[in-house]
Amino acid sequence: MAVETAEATEAARQAMGGIGVSLARKEDARFIHGQGHYVDDVVLPGMLHMVIVRSPHAHARIKGIDSSAAMAIPGVIAVVTGELLAQHNLAWMPTLSGDTQAVLATDKVRFQGQEVACVIAETKYIAEDAAALVSVDYEPLQAITTPQQAIEPGAIVIRDEKEGQTDNKIYHWEAGDKDATDAAFARAAKVVSLETFYPRCHPAPLETCGCVADLDPVTGNATIYMTSQAPHAHRTLFAIVAGLPEEKIRIISPDLGGGFGNKVPIYPGYVVATAASLLIGRPVKWIEDRTDNLISTGFARDYYMDGSVAIDDSGKFIGLRVNLLSDNGAFFADAQPSKFKAGLFHIVTGSYDIPAAHIVADGAYTNKAPGGVAYRCSFRVTEASYFIERLVESAAVELGQDPVTTRLNNFIQPEAFPYQSASGFEYDSGDYPRAMKVALDMLGYDELRKEQAEKRAKGELMGIGVASFTEVVGAGKGKDYDIAGLRMFDSAELRVHPTGKAILKLGVKSQGQGHETTFAQIVAEELGIPASDVEVREGDTDNTPFGLGTYASRSTPVGGAATAMVSRKLRDKGKLIAAHLFEADVADIEFAKGKYTVKGSPDNVKTIQDIAFAAYTNLPEGLEAGLEGVTYYDPPNMTFPFGTYLVVVDIDKGTGQVKVRRMVAVDDCGVRINPMIVEGQIHGGLTEGFGIAFMELITFDDEGNCIGSNFMDYLIPTAWETPRFELGETVTPSPHHPIGAKGVGESATVGSPAAYVNAVIDALSHLGITNIDMPVTSDKVWAALRSKGVTE
Amino acid sequence: MKVTFEINGAEKSVDVEPRTLVVDLIRTKLGMTGTHIGCDTSNCGACTVLLDGRPVKSCTLLAPMLEGKKVTTVEGLAKGGKLDSIQVGFHEEHGLQCGFCTPGMMLVGKALIEANPHPTEDEIRWGISGNICRCTGYMNIVKAIQHAAAANATENTAGVA
Repeated sequence: MAVETAEATEAARQAMGGIGVSLARKEDARFIHGQGHYVDDVVLPGMLHMVIVRSPHAHARIKGIDSSAAMAIPGVIAVVTGELLAQHNLAWMPTLSGDTQAVLATDKVRFQGQEVACVIAETKYIAEDAAALVSVDYEPLQAITTPQQAIEPGAIVIRDEKEGQTDNKIYHWEAGDKDATDAAFARAAKVVSLETFYPRCHPAPLETCGCVADLDPVTGNATIYMTSQAPHAHRTLFAIVAGLPEEKIRIISPDLGGGFGNKVPIYPGYVVATAASLLIGRPVKWIEDRTDNLISTGFARDYYMDGSVAIDDSGKFIGLRVNLLSDNGAFFADAQPSKFKAGLFHIVTGSYDIPAAHIVADGAYTNKAPGGVAYRCSFRVTEASYFIERLVESAAVELGQDPVTTRLNNFIQPEAFPYQSASGFEYDSGDYPRAMKVALDMLGYDELRKEQAEKRAKGELMGIGVASFTEVVGAGKGKDYDIAGLRMFDSAELRVHPTGKAILKLGVKSQGQGHETTFAQIVAEELGIPASDVEVREGDTDNTPFGLGTYASRSTPVGGAATAMVSRKLRDKGKLIAAHLFEADVADIEFAKGKYTVKGSPDNVKTIQDIAFAAYTNLPEGLEAGLEGVTYYDPPNMTFPFGTYLVVVDIDKGTGQVKVRRMVAVDDCGVRINPMIVEGQIHGGLTEGFGIAFMELITFDDEGNCIGSNFMDYLIPTAWETPRFELGETVTPSPHHPIGAKGVGESATVGSPAAYVNAVIDALSHLGITNIDMPVTSDKVWAALRSKGVTE
Repeated sequence: MKVTFEINGAEKSVDVEPRTLVVDLIRTKLGMTGTHIGCDTSNCGACTVLLDGRPVKSCTLLAPMLEGKKVTTVEGLAKGGKLDSIQVGFHEEHGLQCGFCTPGMMLVGKALIEANPHPTEDEIRWGISGNICRCTGYMNIVKAIQHAAAANATENTAGVA
């Protein structure tokens, strides 16, 4: 056998494109040619355009709708109102959290921007003109804009249409052990508290939401092109909501221009466009403009957090309690596992060995847009991570310790995994001190602390922020985690054709994450078919197996596992065929890197391509033809990515301006399939985290008018503000995942906001400033400095 | 009204309502969907095209303003089956994820390095700051433009030699 050189081995590895290769993306070609195919690019014969008339009031009774002026415009086909929908039992729809949501308002409007009527016309311009002429007679009511107002006794009831609803409370939910936590606090040497607000922000993918609904009145087939991160789940929900036969519904989620959780819920626009297409008999396109997107679709957070950590006299954390109040807007429409009303917030013990924890969560209706869990977050993990990392910063200040020391003293130790957390999670694997050490070394932490001391002596403000986050991603298992009853498994179907080329079909759906490349690489690794020979298909419910979709960093943990497992199924079938070709015993067949051999004869090789051809041409007696399979993977546990992020800031005392000087991010997402894509995901997440920490804010005035309803008010980082990131890694594989991967899409958005804010607080804590809520804008920092008598 | 202009090297004469936005003209009337709409307020740059070589936001231009002008869209970047250096840069440096901002980013990047063949990182960041990307964090977009600038420099040197 020829001796392989290191170079030849590396060349073969690159050509195969298996796990660990930074393969350039297969999907790039169409995008760099301007040939991506997004929903708004879909044009069908006879297609009409729909524009939504929205409420200018946050809370008002509808006394009448006059659409006669709109209907008088040539080219207007219909004006759909809630009253019309009610005749078809479609004025209300179920939400993903078991509540109901108005499709088009009939009785009242409950937030500014709520859908009131839809104009359908021959062109978008005509529809816009006509929408401005739909006259709605409103009787304004008092608006409730905070959950604190909402739960006050005697507050006006927003959801007065709901039977038995006599206040604005949505849920009360608890996790952990109250008695054990109370006992821990009773024996604490020190208790450190933090009250903070995670403000409302918005995923704002660059492509807004929309659909083209095409219902064929003759066949009854419903084809809906739709910005959907979860096309299969949406098909089922469409069948339930609209009463359409599921086998006639085909959801096609084409290229998505970003999602970040914004494209998980079902919005009224989808439902009305579908109903309108059914009633009119022509395709109907509805595409949001940016204001539609920012004022009405799935936002994130708006979460009030108040909690404490109990610390013993050796500086160890012994208990954690947190009280939460969430503003869910007018409808409880979070897309989250149904058994967990505060999502996975109970991961709040984070990277720390805290033996007792108790979490109390309450949700309230307000006169604001519905949502809460979107934006690159595995169901409120972002809030949890922010809270614990900010609280640990406060604890370090109170203990008079370096924040690194406080963390090292309390980390779950590497030998403690699998680790049972006080709030009920079993962490799969981790090595928190190692990630911390790598980050500190990359930053040159000790030198910077010296510089900070020198600057402080001169009255200059410099801070170093630390955050060591732990995430929980990759839901299910299905028994415990479901959305609207649908268990959170995911699927992969793999077909190897006679020539040895393959098609992989998935239940998940890329929004830019590079699935067409990454998932082909898993097949390459497992089956030895080069990634360039594997086509990946997603998003079309007619042609892909049922899955729950892509959000909460679940594609790689669940869909990736399904891909590995289906590849192994085919590998095993290949052994039966190989045994036949070799005329050997199956037990003696060996497989490695796409090559089958008989034990003891390594030079006599049948490649996976030979086996694929034989699967259609030369099969053993009694074996089913073909080389294809499907796997529905129900994960035994979730995965727990982690990392340490360090941020250095300089603050101008005169203006309050914060300048991020350095940002070091060490991520451990287990095995990295395509390191280039992983780093791209981290860059994006760190930028969104930066935006949330310093710029992005959806807020409301007392009357419920949304402030932040366009990109002039809702500020998104450009290349100019965005820091230059320095990335590092450690690799601690997940022991239960077939390829040891954990998922990475959201780590950076989850972990980074606390690092940025901790850096600001680290610069200011010696002045007695202990908290500034996000976004940390110059005016807030300036006001905090002035409140402590710092003038310039 | 009739508007006559050149787009990607081809002369076009189209009948449009005067209020038609250029981005809608390009996408709907001409069927070239590589130019995208992201914000309607000139903030995001997904609709960027080159007008006589300069990047402009086509969501804030009216169709009659094209009269007699030359427009370049993403569809006009590759020539004779050969990718423009900016397209190669974006692919090689992983300068795109969802692809929605990419046409605008590439056109801005191309105009930038044509005006300034050796930009610093700060000059690139400032030059693309009228275009928003939600996916990449800009790190690899900067590298993609640097990649294209380096490739152009090599090609020019080769041409001289």
